[in-house]
Amino acid sequence: MKPRQLGWDALGIAVFVVMVFPVFWMISTAFKPNDLIVSLTPTWIPLHPTFDHFTDAIHRPYFWTDVKNSLIIVCVTVALSIALAFLAAIALARFGFAGRKLFVVLVIGIQMLPQAGLIIPLYVVLARYHQVNTLTGVIVTYMTFVLPFSVWTLRGFLLGIPKELEEAAMVDGSTRVGVFLKILLPLMGPGLVATSVFAFITTWNEYIFARILLNDQSKQTVTVWLSYFYSTNRHTDWGALMAASTLTAVPVVVFFLLVQRRIAFGLTSGAVRG
Amino acid sequence: MAGITLDRVTKVFGAVKAVDGVSLEVGDGEFLVLVGPSGCGKSTLLRLLAGLEDVTGGTITIGDRDVTDLAPRSRDIAMVFQSYALYPHMTVRQNLGYGLRARKTPKNEIARRVGEVAELLGLADLLDRRPAHLSGGQRQRVAMGRAIVRQPQAFLLDEPLSNLDAKLRVGMRASLAQLHQRLGVTTVYVTHDQTEAMTLGQRVAVMRDGHILQCDSPSELYAHPNDLFIAAFIGSPAMNLVEAFPDGDTIRFGQFTLPAPRAPRQERVVLGIRPETFGIGNPALPTIDVRVEVVEDLGSEAHVFFHVDAPPITAEVLESASEEVLLGADRALFTARVDAGAAPAVGATVALGVDVERFHYFDADSGARLTGEPMAALAGAQS
Repeated sequence: MKPRQLGWDALGIAVFVVMVFPVFWMISTAFKPNDLIVSLTPTWIPLHPTFDHFTDAIHRPYFWTDVKNSLIIVCVTVALSIALAFLAAIALARFGFAGRKLFVVLVIGIQMLPQAGLIIPLYVVLARYHQVNTLTGVIVTYMTFVLPFSVWTLRGFLLGIPKELEEAAMVDGSTRVGVFLKILLPLMGPGLVATSVFAFITTWNEYIFARILLNDQSKQTVTVWLSYFYSTNRHTDWGALMAASTLTAVPVVVFFLLVQRRIAFGLTSGAVRG
Repeated sequence: MAGITLDRVTKVFGAVKAVDGVSLEVGDGEFLVLVGPSGCGKSTLLRLLAGLEDVTGGTITIGDRDVTDLAPRSRDIAMVFQSYALYPHMTVRQNLGYGLRARKTPKNEIARRVGEVAELLGLADLLDRRPAHLSGGQRQRVAMGRAIVRQPQAFLLDEPLSNLDAKLRVGMRASLAQLHQRLGVTTVYVTHDQTEAMTLGQRVAVMRDGHILQCDSPSELYAHPNDLFIAAFIGSPAMNLVEAFPDGDTIRFGQFTLPAPRAPRQERVVLGIRPETFGIGNPALPTIDVRVEVVEDLGSEAHVFFHVDAPPITAEVLESASEEVLLGADRALFTARVDAGAAPAVGATVALGVDVERFHYFDADSGARLTGEPMAALAGAQS
C-alpha cells in the first residue's frame, strides 16, 4: 500500500472515531452503574449493564407529555411541509410563470439568513397572534425553514423525471390528476422519503426555537425537556441524562433505518435511453 | 383511422415563430414524414398535433373532428417519443396496457390486446420485465407497442429510431414500414434523417424555418426539388451545387463549360448536378476533365470527389455543410457516383461524362427552382 493511501486511511479512521466516540460514550454511560460513571478510571463497556437510568429518566415529570408534544409537532410539520412542498415543486419544475427564477433563488437564498437573527422578530409576530407557548406556533415556525428546503429538494427530484413520461401518459389517455397519481407520485417515492427524513430529523432535533417559544413545561418538546434535566438537581445525574439522551435519539435512528433503503436507489432508471 | 388536416397552423414561442401558417393534409392510412434540420419546427408541429402544445392560430382536424382545443387524451392519437418515455416503475405488460387502463377498458380485453401486440412485436418473453432491464431495441419496440395496442386514429412518431445504433436502425426501419403496411394506420413521422424520410414516407414534407417547403412523394422530391434547400437536403450523397452562368446554349461553372440546351435565360443561376448524373465511358455524353481528389469505393459503386473552381454553395443552406470544410473551403467539392469497376485512381485526370439533360437550375437569390422549358419556349418565340 502506498504511504499516501495509508495517510488518507488514517485520517478517515480518525474522523470516524471523533464522530462516533460521543455517541458511544453516551450509550455506554447510560448503562453504567453510578459508581462507574464517577470513577476516575474510565470504563469503556459496562460488564454489568443496568437499566435503572432508563427507568429513572422516563419516570421524571413531563417525559411522556413532552414526547407526545414532540411527536405532534414533528408529524404535523413533516406532513404539511411535504404536501405543500410537493405541489409547489411541481409548479416550479413543470410550469412556466413570471418570476419563477426569482422565486426559486429566494426560496433557497432566504435559508442563508442566520436563524438566530429571526428569533426575536418571529417571537414578536407570534406573540401578536397569541401563538407563543402553543404547539401551533412552533409548527408554523418550523415550517418556515422546513418548507423552503423541501420545495427546493423536491424540485430537484422532479427535474430528474423526464417530462416525456407525463406527456406520454397524457397522450395515452390520462388526465392531469391521473398523471400525478399514476406517474409522478410513484416515481417521486424516493424523493419524498428523503425529504421527509430530513424534515423529521431537523424538527425532532430542533432546540432553540422550542426553548424560546415554549415556556410551559407541559407544552415543551423532548429536546427542551432534556435541557431542564441538566440543571434541576444540585449535582447532575449523568446516568439518567445519558439514558434520556439515548432515548431521544432512538426515534430518529429508527425512522432513518426504516426508510434508508428507499432513498438509496432511484426509480427512474430505464425510463429513457441510457 | 382517419385523415388529419392542418389549416394554417401557427405556433409562436415568445418572439419565435416555430410553426408558421402550415397547411397540410394527411390522407387516411397514409405514412407522411416530416423532415428538416433541427429547429425547423417539425417536432413542434407534431406536438401541436398531439395536443401537447396549444396552437397560436389555425385549426387541426382529425377524421371529421376539430381537435384544435381538445386535450391530448381526447384526440385518440398515440405518440412514440424519441426517448421512448417508458414508465420506469411499470413492467412491459403494464406499460403496454397503461393507455387501455386509463380508458377503462375491461381487464380481459386489455390482457388479450396486450398479448396480441406482444406477439406481434416479439415482446412476449419480456412482459414481466421493467424498462431498465431492456435493450435499446426492445425499449423501442415497447414504445411502439404502447401506441399500437390502443388502436388509435393516428400514430405520431417523433424520431423513434434516432437513439438506436446504425445497424438496428436499418432493421427497425424495415419493421416500421412492414407494420404500417399491416396495420394501415395514418402515421406522421418526424425525422431529421433524409434517408429515413425517403425510405419510409409515402409522402415527405420538407420543413424549414416553420414552413413546409414541399410535400411530395420521395421520387418526386428527388427528381423535382422545388427549392435549393430541398435539392441540397434530399439525396445521399448530396446534390452538387455551384454558381453557374448560362450563355446561349452553354453554361459555365468554375473552370468548365458544358452545353445546356434547357438552361434558363438568366445571367446567374445555381446549377445542381446529382452525383449519378456523371458517368465514365459513355461516348454519347459531353465530358469534363477533372482531377480526382478522393475516391470512396463502396464495392457496389464508387464516389469520386473533384474540385470545381467556384465557391461552394452549401453555405447557409445546410448545417452539415461544415463537414466539408477540410478539403478546401474556398472551392466547391463535387461528388460523382460511378461504377465501382470504373473508379479512377486518386490524382488521375479523367474525362467525366455529364448528362446535361438532368441538370437542375435554381434562382441564385431566392433559391426557387427554375424550369428551363418555359424559358426555352420563350426564346423560341423570340427568334
